[in-house]
Amino acid sequence: MSDAVETVRELTERDYEWGFVTPVEEETVPPGLDEDVIRLISRKKEEPAWLTEWRLEAFRRWRRMEEPRWARVHYPPIDYQAISYFAAPKQKERPKSLDDIDPEIRRTYEKLGIPIREQEILAGVAVDYVFDSVSVATTFKKKLEELGIIFCSISEAVRDHPELVRRYLGSVVPPGDNFYAALNSAVFSDGSFVYVPPGVRCPMELSTYFRINAAGTGQFERTLIIADRGSYVSYLEGCTAPMRDENQLHAAVVELIALDEAEIKYSTVQNWYPGDREGRGGIYNFVTKRGLCKGVRSKISWTQVETGSAITWKYPSCVLQGDESVGEFYSVALTNNFQQADTGTKMIHIGRHTRSRIVSKGIAAGRSQNTYRGLVRILRGAEGARNHTQCDSLLIGDRCGAHTVPYIEVKNPSARVEHEATTSKLSEAQLFYCRARGIPLEDAVALVVNGFCREVMDELPMEFAVEARKLLGISLEGSVG
Amino acid sequence: MAMLEIENLHVTADGKEIVRGLDLAVPAGEVHAIMGPNGSGKSTLAYVLAGREDYEVTEGRVRFLGRDLLAMEPEERAAAGLFLAMQYPVEIPGVSNTYFLRQAVNALRKARGEPEMKPAEFMKRLREAARTVGIREELLRRDLNADFSGGEKKRNEILQLLVLEPAFAILDETDSGLDIDALKAVARAVNGLRGPERGFLVITHYQRLLEFIVPDRVHVMVEGRIVRSGGKELARELEERGYEPFLREAA
Repeated sequence: MSDAVETVRELTERDYEWGFVTPVEEETVPPGLDEDVIRLISRKKEEPAWLTEWRLEAFRRWRRMEEPRWARVHYPPIDYQAISYFAAPKQKERPKSLDDIDPEIRRTYEKLGIPIREQEILAGVAVDYVFDSVSVATTFKKKLEELGIIFCSISEAVRDHPELVRRYLGSVVPPGDNFYAALNSAVFSDGSFVYVPPGVRCPMELSTYFRINAAGTGQFERTLIIADRGSYVSYLEGCTAPMRDENQLHAAVVELIALDEAEIKYSTVQNWYPGDREGRGGIYNFVTKRGLCKGVRSKISWTQVETGSAITWKYPSCVLQGDESVGEFYSVALTNNFQQADTGTKMIHIGRHTRSRIVSKGIAAGRSQNTYRGLVRILRGAEGARNHTQCDSLLIGDRCGAHTVPYIEVKNPSARVEHEATTSKLSEAQLFYCRARGIPLEDAVALVVNGFCREVMDELPMEFAVEARKLLGISLEGSVG
Repeated sequence: MAMLEIENLHVTADGKEIVRGLDLAVPAGEVHAIMGPNGSGKSTLAYVLAGREDYEVTEGRVRFLGRDLLAMEPEERAAAGLFLAMQYPVEIPGVSNTYFLRQAVNALRKARGEPEMKPAEFMKRLREAARTVGIREELLRRDLNADFSGGEKKRNEILQLLVLEPAFAILDETDSGLDIDALKAVARAVNGLRGPERGFLVITHYQRLLEFIVPDRVHVMVEGRIVRSGGKELARELEERGYEPFLREAA
């Protein structure tokens, strides 16, 4: 094993490639949070009074709430008054065309391998770029408009489609849902908004790329996706941040609403800066993601590949309200060095004959701790509900931990709930087999780990899957050897 | 100079000496067989040559094509042209047989400074090899060795041998658990690869395989040493007399 451990170590300890800082002039508000700061954010964004009030109400609730302590993660107390709640690259106004974007920001995305240029964007993916707190560009807007699809930053949506935003914002994740959701509701700065009209199948992947750049800030984006009757949309989310010794807070909220027979597929590749080998720095990723299958036969599918962040606290969930609606959760969570992840899902079965499927693959290396936490709740009226959960953990080395915490609550006797779980260690025999065929140790680790995650990787859209596969290999560099 | 030269090799595992002063030389163009009873150290020898880490070489040296084999990583040995058809091939869930083999082909090419093999060329070669060893197309798409029968796993090792075309191949009890048809298919594949530049070391319990892959030399291994070497007729003699006389000699 010694050799294998050494390689996973080399693999895992390779430097974070995305850790650079972009030298743009940023406008930030001073650290601290009170009602004046919230009014300031709301004013800067030229928001209507109802939204300012909505934020303030969330803030008042947040002040009475306590940080959740039940997750298996440990970190020093966060001083919420030391964080700046708004950062934006200085620019007179939102660029009219892609050519107006600050060249430095453009270069940032090029370095990240995602050029902001429509013609070069991966085989027809429309992208919204969020740099620190604000959206800097959205591509392919025209083409989508022709189909009646709205894809823009949430700030624009507030301005241009207030009726939709007002109706759905907070309808799935209410402002008082939890500590971080309340904080987000009070201070969210930007994020993406999608509306797909009835019967429209969105012809391209919609994507948002989140980048934290400024120091001493938090990122609080808010995403709202509505798929109207019989529509379909696939949405991708990617994220990176510079390497900093301090911990930065990311507390996003994502709400999905699927009406009758609509389908939403939401994929994330989360690669926030994980901190260094000693566990210094890194992003605290405290995110609330929830989808409501509101209509009959609607479907929401979450796929996540989580490799970054110092701490991940995240449970993308489905509320299966419509009869025969379907919820899916496919997850790969990889932790290395001192990373901690407590992630999983909630499947709430309300409607009749609702179905859910959970596939979770946890990989722990270094001294990391990796927890799957999941809830399957079958309510009384959920006649004939079905759930299948499969939860596999892979350990690399002998200083990491994998934990599985499944909760199952069944109130309807006709329900069928299945839970399977396995835990295994990265096998020396498998690595030797690969190497004896000429595959170098690092590639062998990536190959075996990717095989372990295959069911989840297969759920990712093609362009993303290639990226995610490479990322798993890179994130494990140095963990064996 | 022989392709593979083993001198006074001593190997321990878990504090127990398993190979105890073994000498062996296999020249290019020859097929050598090692026969011996269970526990004589045959498989240990195969693993040590391929670079498995669970063993400690306490003494001796091994030269492969003039290089110090024991100083090389397993993947370097593979790149140098060494191949081990394993007795117990491992399963790699989620990695298809075809994908794995293509990764291997291209890893070897990369190590040798050659360009990647074109997918079409690879598939052609793979299908030909599959026909030769009698592997169904469906098995090529399945996860590597997962839910393969014992015989299918062995045939699959030989499939890899055919596709990778190593300079030197070690077959570790490839015949065990094979029916006569599979045995013939394996022999056909190996015999097709025989040539003046290539060497083979065939490890087996039984003489049966050696009727189909006729060796140039046969070595008897008992308690970690070669106790007798001879021509192909030695295999037949062993089949008739068993290992008993050699065990007595060794004791």
